[in-house]
Amino acid sequence: MRDPASSRPMLKVEDLNGWYGESHVLHGVTFDVNEGEVVTLLGRNGAGKTSTLLGIMGILPRRAGSVVFDGTETVDMQPRHIARLGIAICPEERGIFSSLSVEENLMLPPRIREGGLSVERIYDLFPNLAERRRSQGTKLSGGEQQMLAIARILRTGSRFLLLDEPTEGLAPVIVQQIGHTIGALKDEGFTIVLVEQNFRFAASVADRHYVVDQGRVIDMIPNSDLDANIDKLHAYLGV
Amino acid sequence: MFELLGIPPQVLLGQLLLGLINGSFYAVLSLGLAVIFGLLNIINFAHGALYMMGAFVAWMLLNYLGIGYWWALILAPLITGAFGILLERTMLSRLYHLDHLYGLLLTFGLALIIQGLFRNYYGISGLPYRIPDLLSGGNNLGFMFLPNYRAWVVVASAAICFGTWFMIEKTRLGAYLRAATENPVLVGAFGINVPLLIMLTYGFGVALAGFAGVLAAPIYSVNPNMGADLIIVVFAVVVIGGMGSIMGAILTGYMLGLVEGLTRVFYPEGSAVVIFVIMAIVLLIKPEGLFGRAA
Repeated sequence: MRDPASSRPMLKVEDLNGWYGESHVLHGVTFDVNEGEVVTLLGRNGAGKTSTLLGIMGILPRRAGSVVFDGTETVDMQPRHIARLGIAICPEERGIFSSLSVEENLMLPPRIREGGLSVERIYDLFPNLAERRRSQGTKLSGGEQQMLAIARILRTGSRFLLLDEPTEGLAPVIVQQIGHTIGALKDEGFTIVLVEQNFRFAASVADRHYVVDQGRVIDMIPNSDLDANIDKLHAYLGV
Repeated sequence: MFELLGIPPQVLLGQLLLGLINGSFYAVLSLGLAVIFGLLNIINFAHGALYMMGAFVAWMLLNYLGIGYWWALILAPLITGAFGILLERTMLSRLYHLDHLYGLLLTFGLALIIQGLFRNYYGISGLPYRIPDLLSGGNNLGFMFLPNYRAWVVVASAAICFGTWFMIEKTRLGAYLRAATENPVLVGAFGINVPLLIMLTYGFGVALAGFAGVLAAPIYSVNPNMGADLIIVVFAVVVIGGMGSIMGAILTGYMLGLVEGLTRVFYPEGSAVVIFVIMAIVLLIKPEGLFGRAA
Protein backbone atom coordinates (compact mmCIF):
# COMPACT_ATOMS: atom_id res chain seq x y z
CA MET A 1 0.00 0.00 0.00
CA ARG A 2 1.29 3.41 -0.97
CA ASP A 3 1.08 6.65 0.90
CA PRO A 4 -2.24 8.19 -0.14
CA ALA A 5 -0.96 11.69 0.45
CA SER A 6 1.96 11.25 -1.93
CA SER A 7 2.57 14.78 -3.08
CA ARG A 8 3.46 13.93 -6.64
CA PRO A 9 0.66 15.53 -8.67
CA MET A 10 -0.63 13.07 -11.23
CA LEU A 11 -3.11 15.53 -12.66
CA LYS A 12 -3.03 19.32 -12.58
CA VAL A 13 -6.08 21.12 -13.95
CA GLU A 14 -5.69 24.88 -14.20
CA ASP A 15 -8.26 27.40 -15.31
CA LEU A 16 -10.03 24.81 -17.46
CA ASN A 17 -12.83 26.30 -19.54
CA GLY A 18 -15.18 24.18 -21.58
CA TRP A 19 -18.03 24.62 -24.03
CA TYR A 20 -20.80 22.54 -25.58
CA GLY A 21 -21.45 24.52 -28.75
CA GLU A 22 -22.38 28.00 -27.54
CA SER A 23 -22.96 26.95 -23.98
CA HIS A 24 -20.04 27.73 -21.68
CA VAL A 25 -20.10 24.99 -19.01
CA LEU A 26 -16.69 25.18 -17.30
CA HIS A 27 -15.51 28.57 -16.09
CA GLY A 28 -11.96 28.05 -14.96
CA VAL A 29 -11.80 24.76 -13.04
CA THR A 30 -8.60 24.42 -11.03
CA PHE A 31 -7.63 21.41 -8.94
CA ASP A 32 -5.03 18.70 -8.70
CA VAL A 33 -4.89 15.02 -7.89
CA ASN A 34 -1.88 13.28 -6.38
CA GLU A 35 -0.73 9.82 -7.29
CA GLY A 36 -2.59 7.15 -5.37
CA GLU A 37 -5.33 9.46 -4.16
CA VAL A 38 -9.09 9.09 -4.35
CA VAL A 39 -10.60 12.52 -4.89
CA THR A 40 -14.26 13.35 -5.30
CA LEU A 41 -16.00 16.12 -7.12
CA LEU A 42 -19.10 17.07 -5.18
CA GLY A 43 -21.75 19.55 -6.21
CA ARG A 44 -25.33 20.10 -7.21
CA ASN A 45 -26.87 18.85 -10.41
CA GLY A 46 -25.54 20.84 -13.33
CA ALA A 47 -22.60 22.23 -11.35
CA GLY A 48 -20.11 20.95 -13.93
CA LYS A 49 -18.81 17.72 -12.35
CA THR A 50 -19.44 15.46 -15.32
CA SER A 51 -18.26 18.20 -17.68
CA THR A 52 -15.02 18.38 -15.71
CA LEU A 53 -14.43 14.65 -16.23
CA LEU A 54 -15.28 14.98 -19.92
CA GLY A 55 -12.94 17.97 -20.06
CA ILE A 56 -10.08 15.93 -18.60
CA MET A 57 -10.77 13.09 -21.05
CA GLY A 58 -10.91 15.51 -23.99
CA ILE A 59 -14.49 14.58 -24.86
CA LEU A 60 -15.81 18.11 -24.31
CA PRO A 61 -16.04 19.63 -27.80
CA ARG A 62 -14.09 22.80 -26.96
CA ARG A 63 -11.62 23.35 -24.14
CA ALA A 64 -9.20 26.03 -23.02
CA GLY A 65 -6.83 26.29 -20.09
CA SER A 66 -4.45 23.61 -18.94
CA VAL A 67 -4.79 19.92 -18.09
CA VAL A 68 -1.40 18.40 -17.32
CA PHE A 69 -1.41 14.64 -16.85
CA ASP A 70 1.77 12.99 -15.67
CA GLY A 71 3.83 15.88 -17.03
CA THR A 72 2.06 16.08 -20.41
CA GLU A 73 -0.15 19.00 -21.42
CA THR A 74 -3.30 17.42 -22.87
CA VAL A 75 -5.64 20.32 -23.49
CA ASP A 76 -5.13 20.23 -27.26
CA MET A 77 -5.11 16.44 -27.57
CA GLN A 78 -7.76 14.08 -28.97
CA PRO A 79 -9.51 11.75 -26.47
CA ARG A 80 -7.88 8.68 -28.01
CA HIS A 81 -4.41 10.11 -27.43
CA ILE A 82 -5.30 11.15 -23.88
CA ALA A 83 -6.54 7.62 -23.21
CA ARG A 84 -3.19 6.29 -24.44
CA LEU A 85 -1.44 8.30 -21.72
CA GLY A 86 -3.17 6.11 -19.16
CA ILE A 87 -6.50 7.76 -18.29
CA ALA A 88 -9.67 5.69 -18.41
CA ILE A 89 -13.26 6.77 -17.97
CA CYS A 90 -16.34 5.04 -16.64
CA PRO A 91 -19.11 7.32 -17.92
CA GLU A 92 -22.25 8.27 -16.06
CA GLU A 93 -24.55 6.43 -18.46
CA ARG A 94 -22.15 3.44 -18.13
CA GLY A 95 -21.75 3.10 -21.87
CA ILE A 96 -22.37 -0.64 -22.10
CA PHE A 97 -22.72 -1.57 -25.77
CA SER A 98 -25.94 -3.42 -26.59
CA SER A 99 -24.57 -4.98 -29.77
CA LEU A 100 -21.66 -6.54 -27.83
CA SER A 101 -21.71 -9.47 -25.45
CA VAL A 102 -20.55 -9.01 -21.87
CA GLU A 103 -17.18 -10.48 -22.75
CA GLU A 104 -16.83 -8.32 -25.87
CA ASN A 105 -17.66 -5.26 -23.76
CA LEU A 106 -15.00 -6.32 -21.31
CA MET A 107 -12.39 -6.84 -24.02
CA LEU A 108 -13.23 -3.70 -25.98
CA PRO A 109 -10.92 -1.07 -24.45
CA PRO A 110 -7.44 -1.89 -25.74
CA ARG A 111 -4.58 -2.52 -23.33
CA ILE A 112 -2.70 0.74 -22.98
CA ARG A 113 0.17 -0.66 -20.95
CA GLU A 114 1.31 -3.61 -18.88
CA GLY A 115 -0.11 -4.15 -15.43
CA GLY A 116 -3.82 -4.28 -16.20
CA LEU A 117 -5.94 -6.89 -14.49
CA SER A 118 -6.17 -10.19 -16.31
CA VAL A 119 -9.58 -11.40 -17.43
CA GLU A 120 -9.34 -14.26 -14.90
CA ARG A 121 -8.73 -11.80 -12.09
CA ILE A 122 -11.66 -9.66 -13.23
CA TYR A 123 -13.94 -12.69 -13.30
CA ASP A 124 -12.73 -13.55 -9.78
CA LEU A 125 -13.62 -10.07 -8.60
CA PHE A 126 -16.95 -10.00 -10.43
CA PRO A 127 -18.24 -13.58 -10.62
CA ASN A 128 -21.58 -12.37 -12.05
CA LEU A 129 -19.82 -11.18 -15.16
CA ALA A 130 -18.14 -14.55 -15.66
CA GLU A 131 -21.47 -16.30 -15.38
CA ARG A 132 -23.10 -14.06 -17.94
CA ARG A 133 -20.17 -13.52 -20.28
CA ARG A 134 -22.16 -14.62 -23.35
CA SER A 135 -25.19 -12.44 -22.61
CA GLN A 136 -25.88 -9.22 -24.45
CA GLY A 137 -24.19 -6.39 -22.53
CA THR A 138 -27.34 -4.42 -21.86
CA LYS A 139 -29.25 -7.48 -20.61
CA LEU A 140 -27.32 -7.27 -17.34
CA SER A 141 -28.88 -5.65 -14.27
CA GLY A 142 -27.95 -2.04 -13.53
CA GLY A 143 -25.49 -3.12 -10.86
CA GLU A 144 -23.85 -5.70 -13.13
CA GLN A 145 -23.58 -3.14 -15.92
CA GLN A 146 -21.84 -0.79 -13.51
CA MET A 147 -19.43 -3.58 -12.52
CA LEU A 148 -18.76 -4.25 -16.18
CA ALA A 149 -18.16 -0.56 -16.89
CA ILE A 150 -15.56 -0.45 -14.11
CA ALA A 151 -14.10 -3.88 -14.84
CA ARG A 152 -13.39 -3.18 -18.50
CA ILE A 153 -11.21 -0.16 -17.72
CA LEU A 154 -9.23 -2.14 -15.15
CA ARG A 155 -8.06 -4.43 -17.95
CA THR A 156 -6.42 -1.58 -19.86
CA GLY A 157 -3.51 -1.00 -17.50
CA SER A 158 -4.54 2.63 -16.98
CA ARG A 159 -3.76 3.66 -13.42
CA PHE A 160 -5.84 6.84 -13.45
CA LEU A 161 -9.60 6.35 -13.40
CA LEU A 162 -12.44 8.79 -13.86
CA LEU A 163 -15.62 7.34 -12.34
CA ASP A 164 -18.83 9.26 -12.97
CA GLU A 165 -21.50 8.48 -10.34
CA PRO A 166 -20.86 4.75 -10.14
CA THR A 167 -23.49 4.32 -7.41
CA GLU A 168 -26.32 6.16 -9.12
CA GLY A 169 -29.60 4.30 -8.96
CA LEU A 170 -28.16 1.14 -7.41
CA ALA A 171 -29.30 -0.90 -4.42
CA PRO A 172 -27.40 -0.35 -1.12
CA VAL A 173 -25.78 -3.78 -1.22
CA ILE A 174 -24.34 -3.04 -4.68
CA VAL A 175 -23.22 0.41 -3.57
CA GLN A 176 -21.35 -1.29 -0.75
CA GLN A 177 -19.71 -3.69 -3.20
CA ILE A 178 -18.60 -0.82 -5.41
CA GLY A 179 -17.23 0.91 -2.32
CA HIS A 180 -15.14 -2.20 -1.55
CA THR A 181 -13.91 -2.29 -5.14
CA ILE A 182 -12.82 1.35 -5.03
CA GLY A 183 -11.09 0.73 -1.72
CA ALA A 184 -9.24 -2.26 -3.16
CA LEU A 185 -8.16 -0.24 -6.18
CA LYS A 186 -6.85 2.51 -3.94
CA ASP A 187 -4.86 -0.06 -1.99
CA GLU A 188 -3.34 -1.21 -5.26
CA GLY A 189 -2.21 2.33 -5.97
CA PHE A 190 -4.80 3.45 -8.49
CA THR A 191 -5.56 7.15 -8.64
CA ILE A 192 -9.27 7.90 -8.87
CA VAL A 193 -11.40 10.96 -9.53
CA LEU A 194 -14.93 10.20 -8.46
CA VAL A 195 -18.04 12.23 -9.22
CA GLU A 196 -20.66 11.51 -6.56
CA GLN A 197 -24.10 12.67 -5.51
CA ASN A 198 -24.09 10.16 -2.67
CA PHE A 199 -22.22 12.17 -0.10
CA ARG A 200 -22.01 9.40 2.51
CA PHE A 201 -20.54 7.08 -0.08
CA ALA A 202 -18.02 9.74 -1.09
CA ALA A 203 -16.93 10.17 2.52
CA SER A 204 -16.37 6.44 2.89
CA VAL A 205 -13.83 6.14 0.07
CA ALA A 206 -12.16 9.49 -0.60
CA ASP A 207 -9.05 11.31 0.65
CA ARG A 208 -10.17 14.75 -0.41
CA HIS A 209 -13.31 16.41 -1.72
CA TYR A 210 -13.49 19.23 -4.22
CA VAL A 211 -16.71 21.23 -4.29
CA VAL A 212 -17.82 22.23 -7.77
CA ASP A 213 -20.32 25.01 -8.37
CA GLN A 214 -21.27 26.87 -11.56
CA GLY A 215 -18.38 25.44 -13.53
CA ARG A 216 -15.67 26.21 -10.93
CA VAL A 217 -14.02 24.47 -8.01
CA ILE A 218 -14.99 26.61 -5.04
CA ASP A 219 -13.55 24.67 -2.11
CA MET A 220 -11.45 21.69 -1.08
CA ILE A 221 -12.13 19.69 2.07
CA PRO A 222 -9.82 16.89 3.24
CA ASN A 223 -11.83 13.85 4.27
CA SER A 224 -10.32 14.07 7.76
CA ASP A 225 -11.83 17.55 8.24
CA LEU A 226 -15.19 16.54 6.90
CA ASP A 227 -17.01 16.49 10.24
CA ALA A 228 -15.85 19.99 11.09
CA ASN A 229 -17.03 21.26 7.73
CA ILE A 230 -20.28 19.39 7.45
CA ASP A 231 -22.52 22.46 7.75
CA LYS A 232 -20.53 24.34 5.15
CA LEU A 233 -20.74 21.36 2.82
CA HIS A 234 -24.48 21.03 3.29
CA ALA A 235 -24.82 24.67 2.36
CA TYR A 236 -22.77 24.12 -0.80
CA LEU A 237 -24.75 21.11 -1.84
CA GLY A 238 -28.08 22.59 -0.79
CA VAL A 239 -29.13 19.49 1.15
CA MET B 1 -42.87 -34.25 -65.71
CA PHE B 2 -45.09 -32.54 -63.14
CA GLU B 3 -46.48 -29.09 -63.55
CA LEU B 4 -47.35 -26.58 -60.88
CA LEU B 5 -50.34 -24.40 -61.67
CA GLY B 6 -49.58 -24.98 -65.32
CA ILE B 7 -45.98 -23.80 -64.95
CA PRO B 8 -43.30 -26.17 -66.27
CA PRO B 9 -40.64 -26.77 -63.58
CA GLN B 10 -37.87 -25.67 -65.94
CA VAL B 11 -39.42 -22.23 -66.09
CA LEU B 12 -39.99 -22.07 -62.36
CA LEU B 13 -36.49 -23.21 -61.43
CA GLY B 14 -34.95 -21.05 -64.11
CA GLN B 15 -36.64 -17.99 -62.71
CA LEU B 16 -35.75 -18.98 -59.16
CA LEU B 17 -32.11 -19.25 -60.22
CA LEU B 18 -32.30 -15.85 -61.87
CA GLY B 19 -33.90 -14.53 -58.70
CA LEU B 20 -31.14 -16.05 -56.60
CA ILE B 21 -28.53 -14.37 -58.79
CA ASN B 22 -30.23 -10.98 -58.61
CA GLY B 23 -30.62 -11.61 -54.89
CA SER B 24 -26.87 -12.23 -54.63
CA PHE B 25 -26.22 -8.75 -55.99
CA TYR B 26 -28.90 -7.22 -53.78
CA ALA B 27 -27.36 -8.93 -50.76
CA VAL B 28 -23.75 -7.83 -51.40
CA LEU B 29 -24.79 -4.27 -52.22
CA SER B 30 -27.30 -3.79 -49.39
CA LEU B 31 -24.75 -5.28 -47.00
CA GLY B 32 -22.26 -2.58 -47.99
CA LEU B 33 -24.90 0.12 -47.62
CA ALA B 34 -25.90 -1.15 -44.17
CA VAL B 35 -22.30 -1.27 -42.92
CA ILE B 36 -21.62 2.25 -44.21
CA PHE B 37 -24.84 3.69 -42.86
CA GLY B 38 -24.28 2.11 -39.46
CA LEU B 39 -20.91 3.66 -38.78
CA LEU B 40 -20.83 6.76 -41.00
CA ASN B 41 -24.45 7.80 -40.79
CA ILE B 42 -24.30 8.34 -44.52
CA ILE B 43 -26.78 6.99 -47.03
CA ASN B 44 -24.32 6.12 -49.76
CA PHE B 45 -26.13 6.99 -52.94
CA ALA B 46 -22.87 6.57 -54.86
CA HIS B 47 -23.00 2.83 -54.17
CA GLY B 48 -24.45 1.98 -57.58
CA ALA B 49 -21.89 4.12 -59.36
CA LEU B 50 -19.09 2.43 -57.41
CA TYR B 51 -20.51 -0.98 -58.33
CA MET B 52 -20.42 0.13 -61.97
CA MET B 53 -16.88 1.35 -61.41
CA GLY B 54 -15.88 -2.08 -60.14
CA ALA B 55 -17.12 -3.62 -63.38
CA PHE B 56 -15.33 -1.00 -65.46
CA VAL B 57 -12.09 -1.41 -63.54
CA ALA B 58 -12.25 -5.14 -64.32
CA TRP B 59 -12.88 -4.33 -67.99
CA MET B 60 -9.99 -1.83 -68.08
CA LEU B 61 -7.63 -4.23 -66.35
CA LEU B 62 -8.39 -6.78 -69.02
CA ASN B 63 -8.37 -4.53 -72.08
CA TYR B 64 -5.59 -2.10 -71.17
CA LEU B 65 -3.31 -4.26 -69.05
CA GLY B 66 -4.23 -7.79 -70.01
CA ILE B 67 -5.10 -8.68 -66.42
CA GLY B 68 -7.75 -11.37 -66.35
CA TYR B 69 -10.88 -12.06 -64.34
CA TRP B 70 -9.36 -13.76 -61.30
CA TRP B 71 -6.88 -11.01 -60.59
CA ALA B 72 -9.57 -8.43 -61.31
CA LEU B 73 -11.74 -10.06 -58.66
CA ILE B 74 -9.08 -9.02 -56.12
CA LEU B 75 -7.69 -5.86 -57.71
CA ALA B 76 -10.90 -4.13 -58.79
CA PRO B 77 -12.41 -4.13 -55.27
CA LEU B 78 -9.08 -2.83 -53.91
CA ILE B 79 -8.95 -0.06 -56.51
CA THR B 80 -12.59 1.00 -56.02
CA GLY B 81 -12.12 0.72 -52.26
CA ALA B 82 -9.10 3.03 -52.45
CA PHE B 83 -11.15 5.45 -54.53
CA GLY B 84 -13.84 5.26 -51.82
CA ILE B 85 -11.25 6.09 -49.16
CA LEU B 86 -10.22 9.11 -51.21
CA LEU B 87 -13.85 10.28 -51.31
CA GLU B 88 -14.21 9.70 -47.59
CA ARG B 89 -11.05 11.59 -46.67
CA THR B 90 -11.64 14.56 -48.95
CA MET B 91 -15.42 14.96 -48.76
CA LEU B 92 -17.59 12.64 -46.68
CA SER B 93 -15.61 13.14 -43.48
CA ARG B 94 -16.78 16.75 -43.41
CA LEU B 95 -20.44 15.73 -43.18
CA TYR B 96 -20.63 13.32 -40.25
CA HIS B 97 -21.97 15.88 -37.81
CA LEU B 98 -24.70 16.99 -40.23
CA ASP B 99 -28.11 15.55 -41.09
CA HIS B 100 -28.35 12.38 -43.27
CA LEU B 101 -29.68 14.54 -46.06
CA TYR B 102 -26.31 16.16 -46.72
CA GLY B 103 -24.52 12.86 -47.11
CA LEU B 104 -27.27 11.65 -49.39
CA LEU B 105 -27.07 14.76 -51.57
CA LEU B 106 -23.29 14.64 -51.78
CA THR B 107 -23.14 10.97 -52.68
CA PHE B 108 -26.01 11.40 -55.15
CA GLY B 109 -24.02 14.17 -56.83
CA LEU B 110 -20.90 12.01 -56.83
CA ALA B 111 -22.88 9.18 -58.44
CA LEU B 112 -24.04 11.50 -61.23
CA ILE B 113 -20.50 12.75 -61.83
CA ILE B 114 -18.94 9.28 -61.87
CA GLN B 115 -21.64 7.91 -64.17
CA GLY B 116 -21.39 10.97 -66.41
CA LEU B 117 -17.64 10.58 -66.76
CA PHE B 118 -17.92 6.93 -67.75
CA ARG B 119 -20.75 7.70 -70.16
CA ASN B 120 -18.65 10.38 -71.75
CA TYR B 121 -15.70 8.09 -72.42
CA TYR B 122 -17.38 4.74 -73.00
CA GLY B 123 -20.86 5.53 -74.30
CA ILE B 124 -24.00 3.76 -73.18
CA SER B 125 -24.08 0.78 -75.48
CA GLY B 126 -22.23 -1.44 -73.01
CA LEU B 127 -18.94 -3.29 -73.32
CA PRO B 128 -18.66 -7.07 -73.40
CA TYR B 129 -16.70 -8.94 -70.74
CA ARG B 130 -16.04 -12.59 -71.40
CA ILE B 131 -16.81 -15.29 -68.88
CA PRO B 132 -13.47 -16.73 -67.71
CA ASP B 133 -12.62 -20.06 -69.36
CA LEU B 134 -12.71 -21.94 -66.10
CA LEU B 135 -16.36 -21.02 -65.60
CA SER B 136 -17.70 -21.17 -69.13
CA GLY B 137 -20.19 -23.82 -70.05
CA GLY B 138 -22.60 -25.37 -67.65
CA ASN B 139 -24.19 -28.53 -66.32
CA ASN B 140 -27.45 -30.17 -67.13
CA LEU B 141 -28.95 -31.00 -63.76
CA GLY B 142 -31.68 -33.08 -65.36
CA PHE B 143 -34.44 -30.71 -64.44
CA MET B 144 -32.64 -27.59 -65.65
CA PHE B 145 -29.46 -26.28 -67.24
CA LEU B 146 -27.16 -24.51 -64.78
CA PRO B 147 -24.51 -22.22 -66.30
CA ASN B 148 -21.28 -22.54 -64.33
CA TYR B 149 -20.70 -18.82 -64.09
CA ARG B 150 -24.14 -18.25 -62.53
CA ALA B 151 -23.48 -20.96 -59.97
CA TRP B 152 -20.16 -19.27 -59.21
CA VAL B 153 -21.87 -15.89 -58.66
CA VAL B 154 -24.21 -17.44 -56.11
CA VAL B 155 -21.38 -19.22 -54.29
CA ALA B 156 -18.97 -16.28 -54.35
CA SER B 157 -21.49 -13.75 -53.11
CA ALA B 158 -22.69 -16.09 -50.37
CA ALA B 159 -19.07 -16.57 -49.28
CA ILE B 160 -18.45 -12.81 -49.24
CA CYS B 161 -21.65 -12.18 -47.30
CA PHE B 162 -20.82 -14.87 -44.78
CA GLY B 163 -17.24 -13.63 -44.44
CA THR B 164 -18.39 -10.08 -43.84
CA TRP B 165 -21.01 -11.17 -41.34
CA PHE B 166 -18.44 -13.26 -39.51
CA MET B 167 -15.92 -10.45 -39.41
CA ILE B 168 -18.45 -7.96 -38.04
CA GLU B 169 -20.26 -10.22 -35.58
CA LYS B 170 -17.53 -12.56 -34.37
CA THR B 171 -14.15 -10.82 -34.39
CA ARG B 172 -12.48 -8.19 -32.28
CA LEU B 173 -12.29 -5.75 -35.18
CA GLY B 174 -16.01 -6.28 -35.69
CA ALA B 175 -16.61 -5.54 -32.00
CA TYR B 176 -14.82 -2.20 -32.44
CA LEU B 177 -17.02 -1.51 -35.44
CA ARG B 178 -20.24 -2.42 -33.66
CA ALA B 179 -19.26 -0.41 -30.59
CA ALA B 180 -18.26 2.62 -32.68
CA THR B 181 -21.59 2.40 -34.49
CA GLU B 182 -23.34 2.71 -31.12
CA ASN B 183 -21.15 5.25 -29.35
CA PRO B 184 -18.13 6.54 -31.29
CA VAL B 185 -17.22 9.11 -28.64
CA LEU B 186 -16.77 6.53 -25.90
CA VAL B 187 -14.89 4.16 -28.20
CA GLY B 188 -12.52 7.03 -29.00
CA ALA B 189 -12.13 7.76 -25.28
CA PHE B 190 -10.87 4.18 -24.83
CA GLY B 191 -7.96 5.00 -27.12
CA ILE B 192 -9.31 3.50 -30.35
CA ASN B 193 -8.73 5.42 -33.57
CA VAL B 194 -12.33 5.89 -34.68
CA PRO B 195 -11.64 8.12 -37.73
CA LEU B 196 -9.36 5.37 -39.08
CA LEU B 197 -12.06 2.78 -38.42
CA ILE B 198 -14.60 4.92 -40.27
CA MET B 199 -12.29 5.41 -43.23
CA LEU B 200 -11.58 1.69 -43.52
CA THR B 201 -15.25 0.84 -43.14
CA TYR B 202 -16.21 3.10 -46.02
CA GLY B 203 -13.37 1.68 -48.08
CA PHE B 204 -14.59 -1.82 -47.27
CA GLY B 205 -18.23 -1.05 -48.10
CA VAL B 206 -17.14 0.42 -51.43
CA ALA B 207 -14.88 -2.57 -52.09
CA LEU B 208 -17.94 -4.80 -51.63
CA ALA B 209 -19.72 -2.78 -54.32
CA GLY B 210 -16.64 -3.10 -56.55
CA PHE B 211 -16.58 -6.86 -55.96
CA ALA B 212 -20.25 -7.11 -56.96
CA GLY B 213 -19.38 -5.10 -60.07
CA VAL B 214 -16.69 -7.57 -61.13
CA LEU B 215 -19.08 -10.48 -60.52
CA ALA B 216 -21.67 -8.73 -62.67
CA ALA B 217 -19.35 -7.84 -65.56
CA PRO B 218 -19.65 -11.15 -67.45
CA ILE B 219 -23.43 -11.42 -66.86
CA TYR B 220 -24.68 -7.94 -67.57
CA SER B 221 -22.74 -5.92 -70.08
CA VAL B 222 -20.37 -3.37 -68.59
CA ASN B 223 -22.41 -0.22 -68.88
CA PRO B 224 -22.21 3.21 -67.18
CA ASN B 225 -25.88 2.95 -66.22
CA MET B 226 -25.73 -0.54 -64.73
CA GLY B 227 -25.49 0.80 -61.18
CA ALA B 228 -28.13 3.50 -61.52
CA ASP B 229 -30.74 0.89 -62.44
CA LEU B 230 -29.78 -1.46 -59.65
CA ILE B 231 -29.26 0.97 -56.79
CA ILE B 232 -32.92 2.02 -56.62
CA VAL B 233 -33.96 -1.60 -56.06
CA VAL B 234 -31.15 -2.08 -53.54
CA PHE B 235 -32.35 0.93 -51.55
CA ALA B 236 -35.81 -0.62 -51.44
CA VAL B 237 -34.17 -3.84 -50.20
CA VAL B 238 -32.38 -1.92 -47.45
CA VAL B 239 -35.60 -0.18 -46.41
CA ILE B 240 -37.40 -3.53 -46.25
CA GLY B 241 -34.62 -5.21 -44.27
CA GLY B 242 -34.02 -2.29 -41.94
CA MET B 243 -30.74 -0.45 -41.52
CA GLY B 244 -29.80 -1.93 -38.17
CA SER B 245 -28.81 -5.48 -39.02
CA ILE B 246 -26.03 -7.03 -41.06
CA MET B 247 -27.71 -10.41 -41.29
CA GLY B 248 -30.99 -8.66 -42.08
CA ALA B 249 -29.46 -6.90 -45.08
CA ILE B 250 -28.07 -10.19 -46.41
CA LEU B 251 -31.21 -12.29 -45.91
CA THR B 252 -33.52 -9.60 -47.28
CA GLY B 253 -31.34 -9.33 -50.37
CA TYR B 254 -31.62 -13.03 -51.20
CA MET B 255 -35.26 -13.22 -50.20
CA LEU B 256 -36.35 -10.37 -52.41
CA GLY B 257 -34.37 -11.71 -55.34
CA LEU B 258 -36.33 -14.95 -55.01
CA VAL B 259 -39.65 -13.15 -54.58
CA GLU B 260 -38.91 -11.19 -57.73
CA GLY B 261 -38.13 -14.45 -59.56
CA LEU B 262 -41.37 -16.05 -58.41
CA THR B 263 -43.35 -13.01 -59.45
CA ARG B 264 -41.79 -13.27 -62.88
CA VAL B 265 -43.25 -16.78 -63.15
CA PHE B 266 -46.70 -16.23 -61.74
CA TYR B 267 -47.40 -12.62 -62.59
CA PRO B 268 -44.71 -11.31 -64.96
CA GLU B 269 -46.32 -7.88 -65.22
CA GLY B 270 -45.68 -7.32 -61.51
CA SER B 271 -42.04 -8.36 -61.38
CA ALA B 272 -40.66 -4.86 -61.86
CA VAL B 273 -42.67 -3.40 -59.03
CA VAL B 274 -43.07 -6.24 -56.55
CA ILE B 275 -40.13 -5.09 -54.41
CA PHE B 276 -41.53 -1.60 -54.17
CA VAL B 277 -44.97 -2.93 -53.26
CA ILE B 278 -43.36 -4.97 -50.48
CA MET B 279 -41.45 -1.87 -49.40
CA ALA B 280 -44.67 0.11 -49.12
CA ILE B 281 -46.33 -2.65 -47.10
CA VAL B 282 -43.34 -3.00 -44.76
CA LEU B 283 -43.19 0.76 -44.26
CA LEU B 284 -46.86 0.73 -43.28
CA ILE B 285 -46.67 -2.23 -40.92
CA LYS B 286 -43.11 -2.17 -39.56
CA PRO B 287 -41.45 1.13 -40.49
CA GLU B 288 -38.09 0.17 -38.95
CA GLY B 289 -37.81 -2.73 -41.42
CA LEU B 290 -38.09 -6.50 -41.02
CA PHE B 291 -34.79 -6.83 -39.14
CA GLY B 292 -34.34 -3.25 -37.99
CA ARG B 293 -34.32 -1.98 -34.45
CA ALA B 294 -36.94 0.64 -33.62
CA ALA B 295 -35.33 4.05 -33.64
